[in-house]
Amino acid sequence: MQKIIKIIILLIFLFVIGIFYISLTRDTNYNTSGLVNKDTPTFKIISFDESNFYTRDDLKKNNFTLINFWASWCAPCKIEHPILMKLSKSKNLMILGINFKDKNIHAKTFLNELGNPYDLLAKDTNGKQSVRFGVYGIPESILINKDLMILQKFVGPLSFDDYTNIIKIIE
Amino acid sequence: MKLRLFLFIFIFFPKFNYAAESTVDPNLIHKNLRCLVCQGQSISDSNSDFAQTIKLVVKDLIDEGKTEEEIYAFMSDKYGDWIVFKPQFNVQNSLLWILPYIFLILGGFFIFSFLKIKKR
Repeated sequence: MQKIIKIIILLIFLFVIGIFYISLTRDTNYNTSGLVNKDTPTFKIISFDESNFYTRDDLKKNNFTLINFWASWCAPCKIEHPILMKLSKSKNLMILGINFKDKNIHAKTFLNELGNPYDLLAKDTNGKQSVRFGVYGIPESILINKDLMILQKFVGPLSFDDYTNIIKIIE
Repeated sequence: MKLRLFLFIFIFFPKFNYAAESTVDPNLIHKNLRCLVCQGQSISDSNSDFAQTIKLVVKDLIDEGKTEEEIYAFMSDKYGDWIVFKPQFNVQNSLLWILPYIFLILGGFFIFSFLKIKKR
């Protein structure tokens, strides 16, 4: 009986050590990569000029779509803007810009100064639509294909590496 | 036997005690959702932009008639299980949920065995 108890205590000890080892060595940085390979969520978002609404169906018009969440008050958005301008030259890619919790006048000034890379421009004044895409800070970008499957999610400003990665995927 | 069965259900499934209370309390949901851009705060405790947006979405989901579990499932789907303080039961965390009961049963077994040996 005592032998069994000793073995069980040893097993519990090894189990606890194992749990500690797994917990301490795993990557705890939060990311929303769980959305990759999933279907694009349903949404209905108002266009920037408030003339119409965009839905999932609008994303089927091109082979690939990059959904970019941005705002004029967001400094990293300025950093990634040249990358977006370069991406806008690619014919295989449509860019949907979603202006996030911003004022129209500021957003317009931002685009006038730095250029408009967006094929479609929408706005999410209260941020509710962005939750459907798992956005928790901007800038964030989501690359989807014609079948509306999420291929990649970029948290933070797009880098040159991201640019080459996107070009590789869409060509 | 009936008393034992009743005690078993009462202890292990405390949710049955609240069967009558079916209304969804937004504050309870806010307390169980993690603010992802804050340091260890819940949505309820935080005034961050992210927390304000999540509160609006929770309100919309309640208005749509979603239950508490459906709201947690929606948030987990968008932001991963990390957003819920009390994780949902699934394959990945099943051990976390089952182990306390296994330890409870094992503990009971040990105490019973120990007392039996001592009696002899």
